[in-house]
Amino acid sequence: MSDAATPITGNMPLDELIVCPQCDAAYRLRKPEKGERAVCQRCHKVLIAPRHKAGKQIIAVSIAVVVLIIAASVFPFLSISAAGRSNAVSILDAALSFTEGPLLVLSLLTAGFIIFVPLLRMLLTIYVLVPVVLDRPPARHAIRAFRLSEAMRPWSMAEIFALGCAVALVKVADLATVDFGPAFWMFGVLVVLVIVQDGYLCKWSVWNSLEHPKKS
Amino acid sequence: MEFAGTSKKVITAREAGLVACTRCNRAWPISHSRCGRCGAKLVSRDAKSLQRVWALWIVGFICYIPANIYPMLRTRQLFQVDESTIIGGAVDLAHHGTMGIAAIIIFASVVIPLGKFWAIAFLAVTIRATEGAAAHRKLWLYEMVEYIGRWSMIDIFVVAILSALVQLRGLATITPGPAAFFFALSVIFTMLSAQAFDPRMIWNGLPNEDEAPDHA
Ligand SMILES: [Zn+2]
Ligand SMILES: [Zn+2]
Repeated sequence: MSDAATPITGNMPLDELIVCPQCDAAYRLRKPEKGERAVCQRCHKVLIAPRHKAGKQIIAVSIAVVVLIIAASVFPFLSISAAGRSNAVSILDAALSFTEGPLLVLSLLTAGFIIFVPLLRMLLTIYVLVPVVLDRPPARHAIRAFRLSEAMRPWSMAEIFALGCAVALVKVADLATVDFGPAFWMFGVLVVLVIVQDGYLCKWSVWNSLEHPKKS
Repeated sequence: MEFAGTSKKVITAREAGLVACTRCNRAWPISHSRCGRCGAKLVSRDAKSLQRVWALWIVGFICYIPANIYPMLRTRQLFQVDESTIIGGAVDLAHHGTMGIAAIIIFASVVIPLGKFWAIAFLAVTIRATEGAAAHRKLWLYEMVEYIGRWSMIDIFVVAILSALVQLRGLATITPGPAAFFFALSVIFTMLSAQAFDPRMIWNGLPNEDEAPDHA
């Protein structure tokens, strides 16, 4: 029970160790059972949190998110009307609304944070995990792909954009009437799925299966 | 369901003559310079990281100044043009009675950024903890900065949505101001600054023998 998080003793093969990235404490590795997690004794960082059949679930959720991101970017997102005038926008319009001079750079960043980074992360996750789930050798450049996906993690900001929508709606409310397009609801579902996908993904398990393919 | 620690002493990878990969948690002999599993650069304690932390911190802080001086939003209603800064916009919201939204904007655009500048500077200046409790407090601060820092982006997204949506010719239009650009840069650079920080340095001054057994 305790030896997944037992400090190391003497000489042991290095691939039987796991080291906490936050405090450098080294432990002997034992893969936790279903529902268990290996937690660093010193700083309480979760080191391994595997889930039963996580791979298949993550792939399914990722595919759903990809479809939703594409659909949510093209369908109307919000529209407002006041005194006979109206305006409808998609998420892409919202992201690309900074058009003057240096603000154009901001448009590209915003579009990246709320559409392209989440989309690319999902595609990379599918690319890396499909061979792993099928017990095949890792895909070409799978390591690079997963590295890129992990590096982009803090820059995926769909959930922040969702809260931004709520704030913007309150600001607009006394100016005009707001109507929600289909993309609005798709985006809501998408945010939940992105969070679920993130919770299911155990980084260490993926690295481990890329290093030792076919041995699950 | 977590692993309860049974052992009192934690051995760090450094003490065991190893260097850990902070990306995939694999251990390597201290002479290795690149992780054989994920390709990350291996550094036992990234002392140079503080220089990067400070450089990015300064750029982020410099950007935060114009972000507060220039207008964030330009609102044209009929013949009247309103320019509001970050704080001005929040004060307007509070006057209109939407205190909750005003609070979110003040929190995301003023409290979080200033708190982050303080927290990163504090961690970088007093990096080594001398006793366990201080180390845990510092690690908690670091995790907060990492987790909460991204949420400052919310104001940028609000501006993006408003500028795209409120385009009712002759009635009301909203366009982004230059502050949006500087604010986004400030958030990006402080996020990079926090990412450059190596939390393993917090534990350096700590004698391991003092480490209390874990009751998690
Ligand atoms: Zn730890
Ligand atoms: Zn590695």
